Amino acid sequence: MAEMTYLQAISDGLRTEMRRDERVFVIGEDVGVYGGAFKVTLGFQEEFGPWRVIDSPLAETAIVGACTGAAMMGMRPVAEMQFADFVSCAWDHLVTVAAKQRFRAGTPVPIVVRLPSGGGFSGGPFHSQNPESSFAHIPGLKCVCPATPEDAKGLLITAIQDPNPVLFFEHKHLYRRIKSEVPEERYTIPFGKARTHLEGDDVSVITWGAMVYTAGEAAKKLDEDGVSVEIIDLRTVMPWDREAVLASARKTSKVLVLHEDTRTGGFGAEIAATIAEEAFEDLDGPVKRIAAPDCPVPFSPVLEKAFIPQVDDVVAGLRELAAY
Amino acid sequence: MATNTQTEVVMPQMGVSVAEGTITKWLKAEGDPIAQDEALLEISTDKVDTEVPSPGAGVVAQIVVQEGETVDVGTVLAVIAPAGSEAGSEVGGADVGTVTQEEMPPPPATQAAADEAMAAASEGVGDVSQAAEPAQQAPAAPAETPPAPAAAPAGGGDNGRTFLSPVVARIASEHGVDVSQVQGTGTGGRVTKKDILAFVESGASTRATPPPAEEATPQQVSATPPAAPSEVATPVAPQPPPPAVPQAPAQAASTPQAAPRPQPQAVAGEPAQGEAVEPMTAMRRGIAEHMRRSLDTSAHVTSAIEVDMSKVVAIRGKLKQEYGTAYGVNPTYLSFVARATVETLRDFPWINGEIRGDKIVTRNYVNLGFAVELADGKGLIVPVVKNTEGLNLLGMARAVTEIAARARDKKLTPDDVQGGTFTITNPGGYGTFHGTPVISQPQAGILGTYAVVKRPWVVQDELGQDVIAVRPIMNLTLTYDHRLVDGALAGRFLRDLRKRLESWGESDY
Repeated sequence: MAEMTYLQAISDGLRTEMRRDERVFVIGEDVGVYGGAFKVTLGFQEEFGPWRVIDSPLAETAIVGACTGAAMMGMRPVAEMQFADFVSCAWDHLVTVAAKQRFRAGTPVPIVVRLPSGGGFSGGPFHSQNPESSFAHIPGLKCVCPATPEDAKGLLITAIQDPNPVLFFEHKHLYRRIKSEVPEERYTIPFGKARTHLEGDDVSVITWGAMVYTAGEAAKKLDEDGVSVEIIDLRTVMPWDREAVLASARKTSKVLVLHEDTRTGGFGAEIAATIAEEAFEDLDGPVKRIAAPDCPVPFSPVLEKAFIPQVDDVVAGLRELAAY
Repeated sequence: MATNTQTEVVMPQMGVSVAEGTITKWLKAEGDPIAQDEALLEISTDKVDTEVPSPGAGVVAQIVVQEGETVDVGTVLAVIAPAGSEAGSEVGGADVGTVTQEEMPPPPATQAAADEAMAAASEGVGDVSQAAEPAQQAPAAPAETPPAPAAAPAGGGDNGRTFLSPVVARIASEHGVDVSQVQGTGTGGRVTKKDILAFVESGASTRATPPPAEEATPQQVSATPPAAPSEVATPVAPQPPPPAVPQAPAQAASTPQAAPRPQPQAVAGEPAQGEAVEPMTAMRRGIAEHMRRSLDTSAHVTSAIEVDMSKVVAIRGKLKQEYGTAYGVNPTYLSFVARATVETLRDFPWINGEIRGDKIVTRNYVNLGFAVELADGKGLIVPVVKNTEGLNLLGMARAVTEIAARARDKKLTPDDVQGGTFTITNPGGYGTFHGTPVISQPQAGILGTYAVVKRPWVVQDELGQDVIAVRPIMNLTLTYDHRLVDGALAGRFLRDLRKRLESWGESDY
């Protein structure tokens, strides 16, 4: 075990796979000489050479298109979007080609697209989004949203060896803030298996990514009220662990779904609907959502704080549910 | 944030990904006066080195973090006090760390406690000094003291407060609880899951059987046996849950109109000596219901025919090796029969059809169900192979093997057991030579296949003379719904099916 930041764990996972499997290569804007905007691939070009750590033009369409083609020819590309927001340029390649190729022609498309996402640092509307629900809606794409360094490494390795296109949403706010023990050897963490971040009996919070920690802070306050909160970290949004969510819903009978993405059509809606469908007779209160309001992420720090769900918002929501 | 007018200086966020910074130099010392936005210190992060301006005017009251130290973004570095105040005043502690809102007084708890104390005071309990104390216990133990809206549950008031959440309704139904007897602690006196579980655990539900002494409706009988003075009433103290008959839950308590249920199914009493009782699985209940309904729906008639399987046996002998080596598939007799059945059904669309209302539905495809016994012998399931009209013998053999394996391993999806248009059941594995299976609704027929047995058989030799030969013979039965399929049609179907099997050629697939 070694102590790593979330960012170091991602680097470590990527490096592990590149050392192990020659088919794995990295492509993206400034990933080579500069080591990536966030320095995830710092030192990679020195170790693996310019043909495996490729600086691309500023063209996300080209990046994902190249990856798709390379994957169909047997490679295992890992693309970096400098910010998750920029992936919209590559929508067509991801959604029309990569996601559907296997179903149309039976050809696997084993690409990973790394997406530094999330806000909390006044990045403004183009550098702060959490677009996982848009892609979770597309059959054929998998969406991973790790919250811990250990998960980030294990899930990235799983993503690289998965035969399908995987979008890997790494939360920028966690990059250097979150540190923990991470196994140094290679390991994988399966998709679709949630992690119980905190066990509790009275109210469940279903969440992922950076909101896991917001929920954790809120849970501490609820604990002072004598309310025991359970936090389920989905880890992967597609596929997502219905069984774990339903089990927690059945246990506590009160559920709060929390995400940083905007509310309408956010993935929380799918979770809430599934709970209503599958666990209706176990509910003791309405399934509640806390999410960002339906507007672009504001630049102003004050507005951004009002936009992203804060600990106090979650505390208020949990208190309301607990008292219901 | 600022208590009085003190201002805290925190490690600023110097970039998207910066989480910590190092103090390189303090430009002011404790006690120094400082203007707003005047440079206070220099920091270094992994992206930039910069000066940090003072967020307020006054004097540097305290420097919390010394030069050379590296701290997380948001950590308090210093405190600026208004001009004139003394240096060295207290900060919350060096590890106050991150966010300032944590300093806010804990309003809701205190508020609730205060309210609670007020309520207590009105009963003559508290004096002022006590008002502070309940701050801790009040929120922790809401369940014990019935909160303010005590009037709520009285007499089962039928206003909005009697809303039952789904889980409460279910528990009430399962335990035969009259919810109006339960003290609610939720919003507006609502009975929460915890309330009703505590009520059930306390045993109150059995004692508090409400007085409506009218003759109990059937569901009450099953829910609370002691209410019914039956001689089989169990004297056991804890109530066993009722046999999970989901009832419209709220009704049991509130509306006494006796919804007449079909047959209350003789009260499940204690087993007599020598008997053993086990619960019925959901699957068993499903099978029971389906079998009964099928017999109540269709007019079952069974016809049988004997088939000389010589050619199939011979061809199977050849293919077994080939299919096994090349595909890992065993061409079973069942797959030959299934293949021939699908071909034959093309000519008999009604046998592959269904009665829907007053219409007859036929199809241009055959979704073939196969009755499969589960490994424990305690259940039966009919997985369906879709669009078998597109399968050759190899495809059929593979599909049957695959779906049967998944059925035994309980890996079928809901889709796997839906949409059948005709079914084959194969009890012949045990040597049985005849049977009258029950049709899988809403289909019109089910084919039974039985053991292939060597029999003395009258055949004609090359001179046209009758001779007795030993031949592998299999019986087939067609059980059909006589509402739709007449005996002659069924006979022709079996005749054609036999012909296909008896004349199976090397190049037939």
